[in-house]
Amino acid sequence: MIPAAFDYKRAGSLDEAIGLLGEGGDDAKLIAGGHSLLPLMKLRLAAPATLIDIAGLRDLSYIRDAGDSVAIGALTRHHDLEHSDVLAAEVPLLAHVAGTIGDPQVRHRGTIGGSLAHGDPASDLPAACLALGATFTVVGPSGERRIAANDFFQGFLETALAADEVLVEITVPKAGGAGWSFQKFNRRAQDWAIVGVAAVRNGSTGIGLVNMGSVPLRAGAVEAALDGGASIAEAASHASDGLDPPADLNASPEYRRHLAEVLVRRALEEAGRRS
Amino acid sequence: MTATEVPPAEARVLGTRLLRKEDPKLLTGESRFIADLVVPGALHLAVVRGTVAHARIASIDAGAARAMTGVVAVLTGADLRGEWAAPMPCAWPVTPDMKNPAHYPLAVDKVCYLGDGVAVVVAESEYAARDAADAVVVEYETLPAVVDLNDALSDRVVIHDEIGTNKSYVWELAPDPAAVERAFADAAHTVRGHYLQQRLIPSAIEPRGVLVVPQPFGGDFTVYSSTQIPHILKVMLAVTSGISESKLRVVAPAVGGGFGSKLNVYPEELLALALAKRMGRPMRWIEERSETPLSTIQGRGQIQDIELAADADGRVTAARVQILADMGAYLMLVTPGVPLLGGFLYGGVYDIPAYSFTCTAVFTTKTPTDAYRGAGRPEATYAIERAMDELAAKLGVDPAELRRRNYIKPDQFPYTAAAGLVYDSGNYEAALDKALDLAGYADVRAEQERRRQAGSIRQLGVGVSSYMEMCGLAPSRALASLNYSAGGWEAATVRLLPTGKVQVVTGTTPHGQGHETSWSMIVADRMGVGPDDVEVLHSDTAVSPYGMDTYGSRSLAVGGVAVAMATDKVIDKARQIAAHQLEVAAEDLELSGGSFTVRGSPDKTIPLGAIAFGAFTAHNLPDGMEPNLEASMHFDPPNFTFPFGTHICVVEVDTETGSVDLQKYVAVDDCGNQVNPLIVEGQIHGGIVQGVAQALWEEAVYDGDGNLLTTTMIDYLVPSAPDFPSFVTGTTVTPSPSNLLGVKGVGEAGTIGSAPALINAVVDALSPLGVTDIKMPASPQRVWAAIQAARTGTRDGAPTISDGATAGDAWRSAGADEAPRRTDDPTAGGTVTPGSPATPEESEEDR
Repeated sequence: MIPAAFDYKRAGSLDEAIGLLGEGGDDAKLIAGGHSLLPLMKLRLAAPATLIDIAGLRDLSYIRDAGDSVAIGALTRHHDLEHSDVLAAEVPLLAHVAGTIGDPQVRHRGTIGGSLAHGDPASDLPAACLALGATFTVVGPSGERRIAANDFFQGFLETALAADEVLVEITVPKAGGAGWSFQKFNRRAQDWAIVGVAAVRNGSTGIGLVNMGSVPLRAGAVEAALDGGASIAEAASHASDGLDPPADLNASPEYRRHLAEVLVRRALEEAGRRS
Repeated sequence: MTATEVPPAEARVLGTRLLRKEDPKLLTGESRFIADLVVPGALHLAVVRGTVAHARIASIDAGAARAMTGVVAVLTGADLRGEWAAPMPCAWPVTPDMKNPAHYPLAVDKVCYLGDGVAVVVAESEYAARDAADAVVVEYETLPAVVDLNDALSDRVVIHDEIGTNKSYVWELAPDPAAVERAFADAAHTVRGHYLQQRLIPSAIEPRGVLVVPQPFGGDFTVYSSTQIPHILKVMLAVTSGISESKLRVVAPAVGGGFGSKLNVYPEELLALALAKRMGRPMRWIEERSETPLSTIQGRGQIQDIELAADADGRVTAARVQILADMGAYLMLVTPGVPLLGGFLYGGVYDIPAYSFTCTAVFTTKTPTDAYRGAGRPEATYAIERAMDELAAKLGVDPAELRRRNYIKPDQFPYTAAAGLVYDSGNYEAALDKALDLAGYADVRAEQERRRQAGSIRQLGVGVSSYMEMCGLAPSRALASLNYSAGGWEAATVRLLPTGKVQVVTGTTPHGQGHETSWSMIVADRMGVGPDDVEVLHSDTAVSPYGMDTYGSRSLAVGGVAVAMATDKVIDKARQIAAHQLEVAAEDLELSGGSFTVRGSPDKTIPLGAIAFGAFTAHNLPDGMEPNLEASMHFDPPNFTFPFGTHICVVEVDTETGSVDLQKYVAVDDCGNQVNPLIVEGQIHGGIVQGVAQALWEEAVYDGDGNLLTTTMIDYLVPSAPDFPSFVTGTTVTPSPSNLLGVKGVGEAGTIGSAPALINAVVDALSPLGVTDIKMPASPQRVWAAIQAARTGTRDGAPTISDGATAGDAWRSAGADEAPRRTDDPTAGGTVTPGSPATPEESEEDR
């Protein structure tokens, strides 16, 4: 478990990080908690020439009430999401989802921005952000732009972030009164989900799916069926419509489709009980 | 307390929950593991491993690697072939005609499994070594892989040309074949079980590693290795390297677990020694975690067919067993013997008068198998305990009741089993009753029935497993009859030092078992000194020249007993000195509270410490007595020991998703007298986890090209604490008559009892749906597929017979054997992962 050689640079400010990213080009990677990137490097599946450490940018770690929404700094650790009073009151789904990631050690290191920027379809936070209709603020050499979660995840481990941009903030609409549920199906407590479902019912319904394709996904067909007046069971039967779930040692595509239907149904039922 | 009082029972050390002496050092990081040993001037090794399972080596181009900064040398198998005086050792030629292909630390002409070493890089740092290993270019002429055991048996592709077959041996244990035939002919009921023991990857928390240091003069070498067997390793290193045994010292530093995986002689140990000799510098190799699944032995790997004959009341009259065992690419230290250790035990805890067992062993292009916690006995126990549940289901009898009916009864001990072993002692029904009580069996069954009636999505299952194992290896003569090339004795030396402290030298090699604590307690209990006054030395052949090391739950029942016997010798000599100094007869002295006292004269007393100092000064010893208080014991036990117990678990199966949730686990184990119940419980807890891991999580999955797909701990599922409920443990105590401590051993018991309990529970939960078997590990996908198959009547979830060697039987539904294999079969062990080279072999083992 020895990674290939790499340069290490510690960014003292956001501007410096963006500058270093520009210098490093495609061979530079940001590192915050390191819990997605370092294992890939140790397995030599990733070999960035330069790591730019932004973990010291403490001003990017916060959870703030921002009126209709909650603003979360990209370097906020999962542990802080899990134990945030603001999230508990205003976006309980996000706090709950953060508390199911990995184990306490992982949650004390991993950051929400790192997880989202990595864009792993098997990660929980992207699905939760899709269900919640979150917006991501990114900063690059030419300034700041905002990207809807729906438009952020573009391919396997690919996002809308340009090579010289940094994700700095996640804005989540308040959903304190909404019904919600997170169904995480895995074999061991610390595993990634084989399939996961995040659901928010707040008049309309948002459903995010974990590990049902090459990118974090919304269960659009289920949302549409519910909008059209379908029952929960009927709507859940559309959980994998149009999707191409992956095959791995834990699950065939067929089994994933089955799980998605069961878990969407359970998520909607639980969200209904909570609303 | 005066010296004449008999110490009250609670004052005895033996049987108390003393905290382990080892733990403060482990918890504060003071213990030194192999990777902690820093030797100036050491060079670092990295092994270039084959990237295909089976191939001829066409060429090796190390030019680029040699040119890299920090690289000292790159050597191939051909470069080093002259270093070896003999091939790597296999110490267990189980039959005279066993086929054992020559195996060297680096492959010379061809690689026979993924991970087989082809070259070694020697570099100034481990980073340089690792980078250079990646730069060595090897061209292969790929040959077909042999993954499936029946395919191996067919010799379609012969792996080792020089032996001309993939069959290593056939070993048969059939004391009375006619009796078996008669029992089946006369049977009122028969059942047949067909079970698969998937390969497991031992995952000790510390990977392997070795450091060889040439001594400054004299041509000696000190070999530090993360091993369970420094004593055996020393002998084997000498044989293979040709270096005189007297020039080798082997030390096992703190070792972070082994579970059998460090009971071996590995290529890297030999490479480090040969290179240290060749280059005159210390050589260090530390296994990367990602190497472990390829380069360290794997466990299990068997296809089992068991048949039971029973009379009308369900009393089993015969057991007939055939297994096909996966040796992997080569025979390692005890590879061929592992199935034999189970071969005697497929009759389990039952009074079965007729028995036969046959093991056919084959080579495959996979990592070699060898001993892994339980070694043959978990496999045997799984088969008999699953088959007993099949019989109970067939008869409509409660599985606990069927077991009770068939147990060997307490008054039958010592019991000579049909397989030939003599079981020392047992009271199986008492353990069952205690387990049933702790489990609240009747209440659980009532809740199960309620859920069944309600058609609940979450069904309960109850699994019962009674086990017995042979451990405490063992009488050397018995091992000779099995062609095992080592003895079963153990050595101990006890010294009562001049200051009254005690030094114990043991031939056992603890790597997590707590021998320092337990041996101290044994000595303290006998001498009346405090456990902290006893120091235990071990794991260094310069300190303990004789030893057979630690494996097979042998250390307490052989090594601990040797310590007790040596202690008694020291006490006897001390008694002679005390008698001499007090001018009384030795028989009139009693030892209590660390002092000898004349019976009836409490004022005439002398403490052991004074005797120890007197033995050291030798000023006033009996005529002819040698100075000092030291005694050695080489104990060769008269028999194996036979621990036993019953485990009961309750699982909840989500019939919509196939998920299995272990809700309650009760273990009642009888390992004879207990030295330290805290350590016993620790062994039971860890053992349960390892057995349940086989039942629910762990599986080494190979594809059809012999590629291992579970090479990381993301894919190879070792469970941890959050995946388990708190265990309920209970004990019964049936002392062994075979040794003076009455102890039996407990290192593997939890693993042996637990896997069948789990699968019995899962099948029990799903039996109303028509599910009769679930292959291990019972993953959610597999359980879900079994439910689907039972509902549609295809039984795809149950293992199928592909070898055609056994006829159909009533318990398996008609047509199951003929069911066509669908390529989209969701029960297939694994499908393509992104980037993986091929689909998993559609072999029986992977299904």
